[in-house]
Amino acid sequence: MADDDTQREAVRAVAENVADRLEDEKEYLTDLDSAIGDADHGANMSRGFRAAADTVADADDAEPADLVKQVGTTLISEVGGASGPLYGGSIMSASQAFADEGITAETSVDFAEAYLDKVKDRGDARIGAKTMVDALTPAVHTYKKSIEQDDLPPLTALAKAVDAAERGVEFTMPIRAEKGRASYLGWRSVGHQDPGATSTLYIMEELLATAQEYVEGEIERDATAVEEPDEDPTDVAEDGADSDADDEGDAR
Amino acid sequence: MIGLVIVSHSATAAEGICEVAAEMGGDAPIEPAGGDDGEIGTSADAIGEAIEAADDGDGVVVLVDLGSAVMNADLALEMTDVDAEIADAPILEGAVNAAVEATSGKATLDSVVERAEEARDYRKLS
Repeated sequence: MADDDTQREAVRAVAENVADRLEDEKEYLTDLDSAIGDADHGANMSRGFRAAADTVADADDAEPADLVKQVGTTLISEVGGASGPLYGGSIMSASQAFADEGITAETSVDFAEAYLDKVKDRGDARIGAKTMVDALTPAVHTYKKSIEQDDLPPLTALAKAVDAAERGVEFTMPIRAEKGRASYLGWRSVGHQDPGATSTLYIMEELLATAQEYVEGEIERDATAVEEPDEDPTDVAEDGADSDADDEGDAR
Repeated sequence: MIGLVIVSHSATAAEGICEVAAEMGGDAPIEPAGGDDGEIGTSADAIGEAIEAADDGDGVVVLVDLGSAVMNADLALEMTDVDAEIADAPILEGAVNAAVEATSGKATLDSVVERAEEARDYRKLS
C-alpha cells in the first residue's frame, strides 16, 4: 500500500469513519436487534468503535498492525456481550496478518480470511445460520478471488466484496436463525434482517469509502458487475438490455 | 492447587455458584466473573482478571453459562498466560464437581476438567 505513516493515517480514518457511520445507524441497528435480539447492538457497536477511534487517534508511532490490534482490544473491552469477542477478538487476532509487511493487497486478503475463520470458529456458526457469517463469507471469498486469481486492483476487489456482503445481508432476512439469541425465537426469526450481518456491511462500506482516499486507482465498475447465469436461454438472444438488473437498489 | 472461575451473565448467579462450590471446595481458589460492567452479560476482561486471581501457578478451570460466556471465556484464555481450560459442563453441577476434585492431592488441570464434565450426564430424577 504505502509508507507506515499513510497506513497509520488510513487505519485511524477507517476507525473514525466506522464510528461515525455506526453512530448514524445506531437506531436502525437497535431496531433490527430488538426484533430478534436484545436491542443493544446499535448502542454497543457505536460506543465500541467510538472508543476504538479515540484510542488509535493518539497512537503516533505504533506499527500499523499494532494499531489494528488496538482497535480489536478496545472493542473487546467496550462492546462486551458476544459482539466484543466476535468483532474485537477477530480483529485482534487477524491483525497478525499485517505484522511483517504492513497493509498490502496480499496481507489484506490474509487479514480478511483470518477474520472470517476466527468469527466462524468462535461463534461456531456456518453459513445459513442467519449471522454475520452470511455477509462475511461471500465478501471474503469474493475479495480473495478478485485479488489472487483475477488480479483486480484492490479498490475494485473491495467494491466487489461490499456488493457480495450486501447480498449476504439480504439473504439473512428470509432464513431462520440457528445461532445467537435470535435462535431462541425459532421460526419467529424469519423475515428479520440480521443485525450483525448489517453492521458488518456498514463496516465494509466505510472501509471501501476510506480506502478510496488512501489507495491509488479507481473502482473499475465493469469488473464489479454481477455475473448471473441467463435465466432462460431463449431470452438471451434479444440484446443486453437486461444488464441493469443488478443496479444497486436501496437495500432498505 | 487448581483454581476455578465461574462465568455467568449474572454477577449474583456467579457469586451464588461460587458459594455453593466453595462449601465443597475447601481451600481451592474460586473466583466469580459475572455480568458486564454491572449489567447482564459477560466480559473477556473481567474473566481474564478472575483467571489471574484464581491461579496460584497450577492452572485454572473455567465454568461458563450460555452463549457469549463461552466466547468471552475463550477469548480470555487466548489473552492470558495462565494455563487455563474451559470445562464443557453445566455450570453449577460442574463447579461443585470441579471444586471437590480440585481439593484432592493428585488433582491436575485435566482431572478437574474431566470431573466437571462428568456432570453433563447427571439426572435430577431417576
